[in-house]
Amino acid sequence: MIREYRRPAALEDAVTHYCPGCGHGIVHRLIAEIIDEMDLAGRTIGIAPVGCAVLAYDYFKFDVCEAPHGRTPAVATGIKRARPECLVFSYQGDGDLAAIGTAEIIHTANRGENISVIFVNNAVYGMTGGQMAPTTPDGVKTTTSPRGRDPLNEGHPIKVAELLANFERVVYSTRVSLSSPKNVREARRAIKKTFQTQLDRRGFSIVEILSPCPTYWHMAPEAALKYIDEVMAKVFPPGVFRDWEK
Amino acid sequence: MMLRRILITGNEAMAEGAIRAGCRFYYGYPITPQNEVPEYMSRRMSEVGGVFIQAESELAAINMVLGSAAAGMRAMTSSSSPGISLKMEGISYLAGCQLPAVIANVQRGGPGLGGIGASQADYFQATKGGGHGDYHLIVLAPSNVQEMADLATLAFDLADRYRNPVMILADAQVGQMMEPLLWQEYAPPPDLPAKDWALTGTNGRPKRVIKSLFLAAGALEKHNILLQEKYARIREKEVRCEETSAADAQLVLVAYGCSARMAKELVRRGVKGGRIGLLRPITLWPFPEKRIRELAEAGKDFLVVEMSAGQMLEDVRLAVEGRSRVGFYGRMGGGVVTIGEMAGKAEEMLAGGKRNR
Repeated sequence: MIREYRRPAALEDAVTHYCPGCGHGIVHRLIAEIIDEMDLAGRTIGIAPVGCAVLAYDYFKFDVCEAPHGRTPAVATGIKRARPECLVFSYQGDGDLAAIGTAEIIHTANRGENISVIFVNNAVYGMTGGQMAPTTPDGVKTTTSPRGRDPLNEGHPIKVAELLANFERVVYSTRVSLSSPKNVREARRAIKKTFQTQLDRRGFSIVEILSPCPTYWHMAPEAALKYIDEVMAKVFPPGVFRDWEK
Repeated sequence: MMLRRILITGNEAMAEGAIRAGCRFYYGYPITPQNEVPEYMSRRMSEVGGVFIQAESELAAINMVLGSAAAGMRAMTSSSSPGISLKMEGISYLAGCQLPAVIANVQRGGPGLGGIGASQADYFQATKGGGHGDYHLIVLAPSNVQEMADLATLAFDLADRYRNPVMILADAQVGQMMEPLLWQEYAPPPDLPAKDWALTGTNGRPKRVIKSLFLAAGALEKHNILLQEKYARIREKEVRCEETSAADAQLVLVAYGCSARMAKELVRRGVKGGRIGLLRPITLWPFPEKRIRELAEAGKDFLVVEMSAGQMLEDVRLAVEGRSRVGFYGRMGGGVVTIGEMAGKAEEMLAGGKRNR
């Protein structure tokens, strides 16, 4: 059997604006590969957030809607209710989902909207230049936590996959990581499962992906992958927190 | 559909008008004095196979509208003043993305939490923007229960024709009162443009993107010019107003919504010292500025009557451009204009009394 490594049909032939070593490129590719594999490009609608991934519509080769900051799951709800036959997924960063959009994600999950959420957690605001995120680990310095995140002032990082698993109508909530090829394969399986879960009309599902941001973590791409395992994964342990199959 | 006359509240007439216009997606959040709308929609949408969601917030509701509108559907939300402020973010995005949608504001008094009595203090917010950026809503001002229904259907047609959000600017009086309503047959105008921009899944066609972000040099200015050209077309074609004896009057009252009901009654009764008439804008944006200017050029003075500190007043002054006197009579914070006080003000102006404001 001959296997070729080529650009997925669901990705545009475009140079992305993402920084070297950024995880968004990997996640975009995984989504596109799975959409190709499941032959869904003709009936997929993605929702792009405000943040680094707002330009996702320049890279995906299917219909995409931009959402106001954090309102991504509400826009996804409006689209999915109007087009139940389509695969509808929201693509969100940590600021979009876990700060400004907390009300929207919690209530969308609680309603059990039949959508998939791809949650890219890199623990920092990238688009605006490296400010503290709701998921920034304790003690980590950012441009708005110059002495390190202080839990007594800012609270601890929010664990989204665990939080959403509490809602009865959430059928699949998992956390994966991009720190190694093995983990990327695991992330791929999780994304595919959220899409299949939606196609089977089971309800709300979310994949939280620990993703590197070498630029605002101020480290080389390789060191950023190591940082995911050594720091991020300690705060945000990968795992399955809710699974309709179990 | 049979033509039949029923007794119904303004809020319910608007909700049913939207459904008859083919709106099958309603998202809302409770707030007085518009609760009849989500309550009615929660019943009726399940009967007609539509979608009703009581959203977690006004923000979520307007963005659910954005989603369904992006998917090509007729979608609507309603609220009252404080809730409309929350929707302003989404309304700016709807305008920027050029999405057709209908937003109803059954106004109450402000600022802040204000009160629950009728008010017309959201005129600036509705007609001048409200959200960020250079944009306009088409703003329709129903003055009775029949218009709550008729303007609801018109709102969806205008939204689709211009790919623009439309606001129905009502108030607690018009929303809560009951009046007889005659259902009209409705069919969408045959010349409405096809929604060849809607997100449906590509299914073989090139991809479509709904967005309001334009980062490339010059792209956002170009987008703004395109929007302004559209607004110019709307100004040209969609001005609507109703006149009562205005052409024969010496003093023309200018009032909309619930205030116009009182003004109309005063015109019917007449005042001492001269002839009065009424110009009632039905579209607050685009504003009937040309007609007001014509009346000013014909030598008429104006008395603007609003339940606010004087908001539409500014548009009347801009239309008149100093050609004639523009007086003002208003009440604020849920205070209701009275025919007696309005008559006094009109008689004062007709007597050539002091220049007003």
